[in-house]
Amino acid sequence: MGDTLRIYAKLIAAQGRSQASYRFSFWLDLGSNVIIVGADLLAVLVIFSRVPVLAGFSVTETVLLFGLSLNAFSLADLFVGNIERIRFYVRFGTLDTVLIRPLGVLPQLLALDVGFRRIGRIIYSLAVLTVALVLADIDWTPWRVVLLIATPLFGAMFFCAFFIATSTVAFWWIESGELANALTYGGRDFTSYPITVYGNWFRRIFAFGLGFAFVAYYPGLALLGRADPLGGPMWLGLVSPVVALAAGGVAAAFWRFGVRHYRSTGS
Amino acid sequence: MKIIETEELKKTFTVHIKAGRFRRKRTTVAAVDGVSLSIQRGEMVGYLGPNGAGKSTTLKMLTGVLQPSGGLVSVCGLTPVAQRIKLARRIGVVFGQRSTLWWDLPLRDSFELLRHVYRVPPAEHAARLRTCRDLLDLDSFADTPVRQLSLGQRMRGELTTALLHGPEILFLDEPTIGLDIVSKQAVRGFLAELGERGDTTIVLTTHDLADIERLCRRIIVIDHGRVVHDGSIDALHARYGSRRRVIVDLDAPLETPIDVPGVELESSTGTRLVFAVDGSASVGPLVSQLTASGTLRDLTIAEPEIEDVIARLYQQAAVRSLG
Repeated sequence: MGDTLRIYAKLIAAQGRSQASYRFSFWLDLGSNVIIVGADLLAVLVIFSRVPVLAGFSVTETVLLFGLSLNAFSLADLFVGNIERIRFYVRFGTLDTVLIRPLGVLPQLLALDVGFRRIGRIIYSLAVLTVALVLADIDWTPWRVVLLIATPLFGAMFFCAFFIATSTVAFWWIESGELANALTYGGRDFTSYPITVYGNWFRRIFAFGLGFAFVAYYPGLALLGRADPLGGPMWLGLVSPVVALAAGGVAAAFWRFGVRHYRSTGS
Repeated sequence: MKIIETEELKKTFTVHIKAGRFRRKRTTVAAVDGVSLSIQRGEMVGYLGPNGAGKSTTLKMLTGVLQPSGGLVSVCGLTPVAQRIKLARRIGVVFGQRSTLWWDLPLRDSFELLRHVYRVPPAEHAARLRTCRDLLDLDSFADTPVRQLSLGQRMRGELTTALLHGPEILFLDEPTIGLDIVSKQAVRGFLAELGERGDTTIVLTTHDLADIERLCRRIIVIDHGRVVHDGSIDALHARYGSRRRVIVDLDAPLETPIDVPGVELESSTGTRLVFAVDGSASVGPLVSQLTASGTLRDLTIAEPEIEDVIARLYQQAAVRSLG
């Protein structure tokens, strides 16, 4: 196990050295990433410059949910965001070269392009969350501290599962990238706001059907000590780990099924 | 001892064919359609066939990349897809058309990384690398990033990486495709030497028949997913009636025509005659009759071209599949 991790550490370090050979592009990516996520926060603030309360939530509460969601997403994106490139790996036969190595397929693909350039987002999202925590009125208890640390981690796990499950479609349908992007980025945007802002059927599908309510919304309510305006019980704030693990299980099954049905490309 | 064995190996793909503006018809295409092979340890086998015959698909099923749709396959006593990781340690694979090297790093780094990936003890790794370095002349470009290497240099690197973990079988999918003559010869020479040592089984697909003639005692020809020939090159010539040619230059036209069983006069232009000799017939009687005529100036014997034989084989297979 430790041995395997050391191999991946070597592979990831090699990837880092590869990226370093394109230094300008690296810094450009790093910068543009921060600007893009910066625009998202601006959108939240613009809404609150017009209305004092959004679907029952104040600006500080909303920014807290935004910060939790952003941390979860950035962390997931750092490790598995690269899986959205799977359609290229399938099309150009990279997957064949991965399958002939004595290592797992998914970790190898992830190690092919670790998002060092996305590290800027992590720093930025931590900053947003810190500001939100300072401004929000939270009654701190040891359990809430644990919840605060666990929420982005399990949220990240949930997003990782989502990234992987949606990208699996590429094994059959090489041009599936747009669908996968719509679902993952759509999911991120969905979790950035209180779910009370969405229409009824839309909320049911994304929040409960797909499980996005448990990334930031319910843990966020538990942190704030607020009752759910939708009438959900308090314990919903604590089930994120269960939801994340279930999502992980589904993603693993999808992935295994996908690899089995991989059909490679000509020659 | 058998190291590769397949029985009625099949791979079918479902394809959607446009039928009308919105409708698409689903059909099943068999890329590999019942291939049964048995390869012994230490053999060097050429796997031939026209484009789309199913060569690469077979190779991918043998290496654990693709799951067969039917039939049995066993490589090194393992089931390739189910035991992919175990098998990967015991085989080496070179894809002529895609690189397994780290594109932006010096070639040397790829060698070092694969030492970790395959968990090869440093001493073993160093010994194998030394052999490859000498035989393939790697030192002059080992520090160059892979993306800056020429195709020939890159292929030498690919060969090395496929061998550093001491595989029992080396699979090569078109290893000489696109290489210049010098690089081709370097690759062939290296493979020939590897094959002669006898501890590595080599299976290669190619379109370059010179590769096969130089390297493989046994060739398997596949077409439309089925094996159409499995045996030595000589057996192939015998089976498809390849004929040697005897080209003769005379001082003066012959007075009496040559009459030797199994020999046919193919063309005659002035004092140059071309005879075709059946695979089973000897050239001896023809030569002695020519010598006796007293006008013989020069004589050349041309061996049958394997290209001709293979082309005929492909055509026959195509005709069969039409009929």
